Amino acid sequence: MSSHGTHHEVAEERQSLWLLVLSPSIWAVHFLASYAGAAVWCSTIDDRAQSVDAMRLWIVLFGLVALLCIGIIARIGWRKYKFEGGDPPFDKDTAEDRHRFLGAATVLLSGVSAIATIYSCLSMLFIRNCL
Amino acid sequence: MTEDIQPLAEAASEEVRQGQEARLMKAWQQPTGWRYWSEVNNSIVGLWYTALVFIFLLFGGLLALMMRIQLAIPGNTFLSPNLYSQVFTMHGSVMMFLFAIPIFEAVSILFLPQMMGARELPFPRLSAFGFWAFLIGGMFLCGSIFFNAGPTGGWFMYPPLTSRYQPGIGADMWLLGFSFIEVSAIAAAVELIVGVLKCRPPGMRIHLIPLYAWYVLVAAGMILFAFPPLITGSMLLELERAFNWPFFDAARGGDPLLWQHLFWLFGHPEVYIAFLPSVALVAMIVPAFARTPIAGYKWIVLSAIGTGFLSFGLWVHHMFTTGLPGVTLALFSAASQSVAIPTGVQIFCFIATVYVGRLRSSVPMLYVAGGLATFVIGGLTGVMVAVASFNFQAHDTHFVVAHLHSVLIGGTIFPVIAAAYYFFPLINGKLLSERLGRIAFWLLFCGFNITFLPMHFTGLRGMARRVYTYPAGIGLEGLNLTSSIGALILAAGFGVLLWDILRPKGKDADSPRNPWEAGSLEWLQEMPGKPWGIRSIPEIDSRYPLWEQPNFVRDVDEGRFFMPDAEEGKREMLVTSIIDAKPEQCLRIPGPSFITLISAIFLGGVFIFPTFKMYWSMAVSGAIALGCILYWLWEGSGLIPEKEEKAIGHGVTVPLYVSGPSSVGWWAMMITMLADLTAFVSIVFGYFFYWTLHKDFPPASIAGPGWIWPVAGLMASLAAWALTLLARGWNRKEKAGWFYAGMGSAVVLAVFGIYALVAGPSQAAMNPEENVYPAMVWLLAIWAAVHVAAGIIMQLYCVARRYAGRMTARYDIDIANVTLYWHFVAITVAGCVAVMAGFPLLR
Repeated sequence: MSSHGTHHEVAEERQSLWLLVLSPSIWAVHFLASYAGAAVWCSTIDDRAQSVDAMRLWIVLFGLVALLCIGIIARIGWRKYKFEGGDPPFDKDTAEDRHRFLGAATVLLSGVSAIATIYSCLSMLFIRNCL
Repeated sequence: MTEDIQPLAEAASEEVRQGQEARLMKAWQQPTGWRYWSEVNNSIVGLWYTALVFIFLLFGGLLALMMRIQLAIPGNTFLSPNLYSQVFTMHGSVMMFLFAIPIFEAVSILFLPQMMGARELPFPRLSAFGFWAFLIGGMFLCGSIFFNAGPTGGWFMYPPLTSRYQPGIGADMWLLGFSFIEVSAIAAAVELIVGVLKCRPPGMRIHLIPLYAWYVLVAAGMILFAFPPLITGSMLLELERAFNWPFFDAARGGDPLLWQHLFWLFGHPEVYIAFLPSVALVAMIVPAFARTPIAGYKWIVLSAIGTGFLSFGLWVHHMFTTGLPGVTLALFSAASQSVAIPTGVQIFCFIATVYVGRLRSSVPMLYVAGGLATFVIGGLTGVMVAVASFNFQAHDTHFVVAHLHSVLIGGTIFPVIAAAYYFFPLINGKLLSERLGRIAFWLLFCGFNITFLPMHFTGLRGMARRVYTYPAGIGLEGLNLTSSIGALILAAGFGVLLWDILRPKGKDADSPRNPWEAGSLEWLQEMPGKPWGIRSIPEIDSRYPLWEQPNFVRDVDEGRFFMPDAEEGKREMLVTSIIDAKPEQCLRIPGPSFITLISAIFLGGVFIFPTFKMYWSMAVSGAIALGCILYWLWEGSGLIPEKEEKAIGHGVTVPLYVSGPSSVGWWAMMITMLADLTAFVSIVFGYFFYWTLHKDFPPASIAGPGWIWPVAGLMASLAAWALTLLARGWNRKEKAGWFYAGMGSAVVLAVFGIYALVAGPSQAAMNPEENVYPAMVWLLAIWAAVHVAAGIIMQLYCVARRYAGRMTARYDIDIANVTLYWHFVAITVAGCVAVMAGFPLLR
């Protein structure tokens, strides 16, 4: 990559803190949709003891979509993290280190978001009804 | 990328420096005599704030002691059942609302600017206003118990107990008083977020900021999304208590569980809002004593942000016993387990820092270690109660009391005391006593464990919380007496701490500068400090400049960096960009004024008078408060500078006036409106909550608002929004006639919008007392109308500003911010109309 291109990629104008919170936001959307979906589903059935396999499947499928999105964001973060090699701890006063730091933090946050999403989906393996 | 600027190779001559210091001193001079109370500088307001929060902590502690005396023996009559209810309600409320949250804001207002090498926070008068609002609200609430009129519904005020069975004014005082305090908390949160994002020194890129600033950003962000649901809930409950609107009355379609959702949507994140900033203090203290940079900076950032997010997915774990479907319990149980991951990560980072560093024993580290150990115990019992089946057994017992106190005392109070010992020299240049600090620690640590360890067992044996006594002979006497003895030891520890803080220190030598040999910026401060905060604004190249930037203290002191002078005699600070902290503006900030205090008094009246059903007084007080706030803005904000730009040193010139997204005012409006939007979403959540759970919502027998009036209201409001947007452009193009005509038309349309929005439920003769559905529709209509009304005041303000020559084509921050407000109005009105008029059509 040319030095001009490099410079352009790490320029402040191309950075945003929003990338950091995207993966946790995806967890939040999945979580809230699962909660709201389950609440509506359970309120529409007459017998709370009946199995709600379809709903459980939806939550897990939607969870897989969420995980896919989190994976994409993690990959974007990973590319920033590995920008021109770069060794941690990313504490130098350069735009490149700032770029790598934001990438690394994005990867880490994607990781914890993925775990939380998997936890949500796992709970659906054990709960079979609305009781 | 900008070239790093190096400090001047040569300092200015002694004579020049003395002149600079004299001008800085004059600009930042604190008022004396009775005018001292008009000061708005962060170092003074932060000190008042912190001192007041400590007073509330002691008050809350005394209430706790009263409870422990009552429970020392079975059948005790020290407190009557009613007074006991007041005491536990006030204890919980004071500790949560008047200590745990505000201590974060107080300490941040006091120290954040110094940690970031800034002279101030961007809205000093807002800080002062927040403090006065907090003082008035806090005194009002605490005063109630002295008149035997305190709230008795527990700190979470569950209806229908609080809506139907407690007719006194206690619950009203709680609902209105805390709403007022929450407004002040949101004001402080706005200030702190903008402070972290826009007021860093040049070169302090986002990956170099102190960890404390990351935590502040997260915790203040959480306040924006956590407090509005409670404000909404309080509004609904007060509407039910005062006007009989049946939001929580099951007989008329309401549902008490909605309150629990709204309360805990606030209540659980609130625990982390209290905890995270305290961990942030630990993150500043540990590296100083380990004498090494923090291990795993980015992991701690992960921890702060991750915890901030996940903590919003836990609220239902306070409601596990309310009969919610198992699916819901499982989801929230899963989230409750997953939050342990980011919470634990930061603790491992602290351990790693100590491991790789060369630890020095000290009083602050003693409190840090004791606090974290205690917190971990609370965290582990937290994982236990996050398991729904265990929760069913432990719910409402003293086990939960023991758990939450381990978390809050370990996670908040111990770190705050550590910070008191660590930061005290920054306040008055003296060190606290090492000997007294150690004595206090062991009293506090032992007292805490003797008090709360037995509560795990009393809880598991079935002792309910919030009950004023217990019977003899069921194995509770010994454990309770032990707890009460522990509480006295704990109180003795606080007594020693208090003495250490208050004892006269005139004969003590001044603390050396940077007594702990820390590497972070706040320790630049001279002993004692100067009112200007920092002599010159440094260029930052490292996370620990005092360790890693050579001659750093000398260069700052000798004015070799930016803004070493106050040529025009004004209080000034530097505004920089969000990611890389490039200089963007020299911001002139207002100085001392009583307008903040006066505004807080009259705004306080808006919340206090309705407690006593004095609605006319409330209206008058509100009108005066509005006048005060308008005067405050008129005189103190968006002032046109005498010149366009200012040289801040090193050949860098920055504008004195900025509008739009680069300005701090724009960000403040943006952040405030995000909180406002969250409150609106909470109302909409309520609407759909009723729809989900109640098959007869909306009831077939009650006519809705129809769609004609609401849509007319929407169209008029959207037209007013579009005209405001156009008027901003006309103002910039110097088309004065178009501007006035556009704004005038916008005002007329907005007035019609208000009429049409309210006409929906009014023309349909919807009676809000009859059922929760009309109450909900009325609430949505009024919510939208009030937002449009506030928009009208802002439009008229812009017209007046332009007319008075205080707003021009170039200097247009007023209309830039008002336009941003109107974007949110458009969203709010569209949302209201979609829900109240559109949703019934879908059905």
